[in-house]
Amino acid sequence: MIIGEPPPLVGAFGVDAIAMTMRFGDFLALDNVELKVRPGSFHALLGENGAGKSTLVKCIMGYYHATEGDILVGGREQAIANPKDAHALGLGMVYQHFTLVPAMTVAENLVLARDDVPAVVNWPKEMKELEAFLARMPFKVPLSAKVSDISAGERQKCEILKQLYLKRRFLILDEPTSVLTPAEADEVLGMLRDMVVKGELTILMITHKFREVMAFADEVTILRRGKLAGAGKVSELTPDAMARTMIGAEELTVQPPRTGEAGKARLELANVRALDDAGAVAVHDVSLTVRAGEIVGIAGVSGNGQRQLVEVLAGQREAEGGEIRVAGIPYHASREQMRRHKMSLLPEEPLKNACVGGMSVADNIAFREFDRAPFASGGWWLDRGAFRDDAKKKIGQYKIKTRTPETPISALSGGNVQRAVLARELAGDVEVLIAANPCFGLDFAAVAQIHAEIMAARNRGAAVLLVSEDLDELLELSDRLVVMFHGEFVYEARTSEADLTEVGRHMAGH
Amino acid sequence: MADGSIGLWTVPLAVLGGAIRVSTPFLFVSLGECITERSGRINLGLEGTLVMGAMSAYGISYLTGSPWLGVLAAGITGALLGALHAGICSLPRVNDVAVGIALMLFGTGLAFYLGKPLIEPTAPRLPAIDFGWWSDIPQVRAALRVNVLFLIGVALAPILYWAFRTTRWGLLLRTAGESSDAARAMGHSVLLIRLRATMVGGFLAGIGGSFLSLFYPGSWNEGLSSGQGITAVALVIFARWDPLLCLWASLAFGGAAALGPALQSVGVTSGYHLFNAAPYILTLAIMIITCSPKRTLTGAPAELSITR
Repeated sequence: MIIGEPPPLVGAFGVDAIAMTMRFGDFLALDNVELKVRPGSFHALLGENGAGKSTLVKCIMGYYHATEGDILVGGREQAIANPKDAHALGLGMVYQHFTLVPAMTVAENLVLARDDVPAVVNWPKEMKELEAFLARMPFKVPLSAKVSDISAGERQKCEILKQLYLKRRFLILDEPTSVLTPAEADEVLGMLRDMVVKGELTILMITHKFREVMAFADEVTILRRGKLAGAGKVSELTPDAMARTMIGAEELTVQPPRTGEAGKARLELANVRALDDAGAVAVHDVSLTVRAGEIVGIAGVSGNGQRQLVEVLAGQREAEGGEIRVAGIPYHASREQMRRHKMSLLPEEPLKNACVGGMSVADNIAFREFDRAPFASGGWWLDRGAFRDDAKKKIGQYKIKTRTPETPISALSGGNVQRAVLARELAGDVEVLIAANPCFGLDFAAVAQIHAEIMAARNRGAAVLLVSEDLDELLELSDRLVVMFHGEFVYEARTSEADLTEVGRHMAGH
Repeated sequence: MADGSIGLWTVPLAVLGGAIRVSTPFLFVSLGECITERSGRINLGLEGTLVMGAMSAYGISYLTGSPWLGVLAAGITGALLGALHAGICSLPRVNDVAVGIALMLFGTGLAFYLGKPLIEPTAPRLPAIDFGWWSDIPQVRAALRVNVLFLIGVALAPILYWAFRTTRWGLLLRTAGESSDAARAMGHSVLLIRLRATMVGGFLAGIGGSFLSLFYPGSWNEGLSSGQGITAVALVIFARWDPLLCLWASLAFGGAAALGPALQSVGVTSGYHLFNAAPYILTLAIMIITCSPKRTLTGAPAELSITR
């Protein structure tokens, strides 16, 4: 083995991680993990949140230095001290969160990413070169458009193009399709797959979507709790087998079966209009009825007005026009009305939208009722004991993992923050439930529990509005499906009769 | 006072002259602050920098006899104060707004303390270029006596506009201001970029101060600035962080500040103090018109502590 020699200058090369161990203090993030990505292959890295996928690729990219273990690039051992070293070897990474600067144009972002940005940029010349580069690439992006003005799909293409523009030939993609429609995902991954087949590129993709693994990947490595749980050829595996390897022996909450029929109209939106932060119309006169004992799912790529719609329903944003009625009575999201109509809310990013991070788990669980009996007497004298007792009960009931009820809620993991919000919102009677991406970024166990709770609320007769970017979640839970695009509802169907390609088409606005 | 030959024309002429004269400190401070804020940091201390710049310019000009050395000294003083601001803000969990207010008080206080002996003597002042030579009307000639610093400031605005777009320096600055994550992912030090931007911002604000003591009003006293530095910081927000708009906004504020004296010169003396308040009324009016609780400011650098 020759140490330190760079890989050949053209074509794909492989990367091996051998016996990787990574310790953060007492915590063992990676335990003797092995990953072999063959040159010119499309490799999937599967695992739950916290399984060590990100840690592993960050070790490869030089963000972390593994406690033990070696990285082989193109069959030769390399000491990758920092991301710059990894870049020099031709390794590139596309992050889950976009690293493009939104206020700048696509062209500016591409030129900026280079190591050798000239002191004065000759834009006419650069544009000519960029156009020539794009002509050779499988996907197109508008060079002069501001990144904030292009769609999520185009941004993801930009991120990938940026890596190719920088001549990286080993790409690590961190959940690259989480913001794309199924059709966009297929397009992007299909084009990358073509480049892999031609021998120009090697790809390592972190994902949790089995569909994409089955359709595009050659090989898969599965991690569980920092250990190698399995690896092999995709053609020899089934999604079920992969899921079992990912989860291990953990018991998942069983979702209750769908029972009962939809009743009377409970939540009615009539021509609701709302603006976004920039003052543009984000929700465009939408009308919708959700009946008791029914889950209505709103599908759509993020940024099509779902956030603003949920904020209006949650009272975080004022509607510009239209009317919202709950049980026939006009509704303005006041605390009194929320209580009267038994409204519950599971907003997205619960730590930011439904909790006060610095306050304790017990306080956060008591928010809805904190100034009433048994928590308070006379509406002002708070009984800390009652807070603690109620929290203890709900912590047990909802399996919230926290050291004490007094721990600040921001110290909890994402799944446990959402469980605490679930305990607050769903423990009592629920007549209307509004949930927005309730399972985003959570592990299987939390997802199963949240899905079961939502279904149970429906079965108890709640009208549920479920806004989600995860189409699989919507297909599993909702009775009716609505697609939101550019602030309008463009498609509606009973979920049992919904045509997936039709749904995907409408999500993309065709 | 009023010259019968041009009558009421005195007012717009005086406003024009005022726009040119009074706007210069606004222009320098706002362009400096524009650079600093585009890098993702807000420096409210520029009021202090302005006063320190005025004091040091006057002092150096008096001691060396060269007003231009005074201007340079003012710039260096400003850059040092900018470095102090950036240095403190580089520490973890430090709020740039609070540091700015502290430095504003520190800068003005220090300038008053060091400047005590400078109130009496007269320092050499900056020369002006006479653009009104073609006219016989004294008011026109007075209005068009333009200081070189004003011309430099006017040229600086489009240069900055260009530099933000087409230079490596400008692109990096904007990246740091729009997404520090992106800048870090490219291997740049956000703190270093902001340190430089704050120093350049302080340099320009210091020069703005030198204009106050060396040209208009052209002496050193403690009431010299009367909040012009802090107004200029607010001006950057009206100007949507665009250097060209900073130029127009500075001219508008300069003109508004000249309104009171101009009206007085044609005999409108009632409400003199009210007209003197014109810049502040303009500030409030623009605030009310341009701001809305339902929208975020467009053009605001995303990393700025007031927009995050």
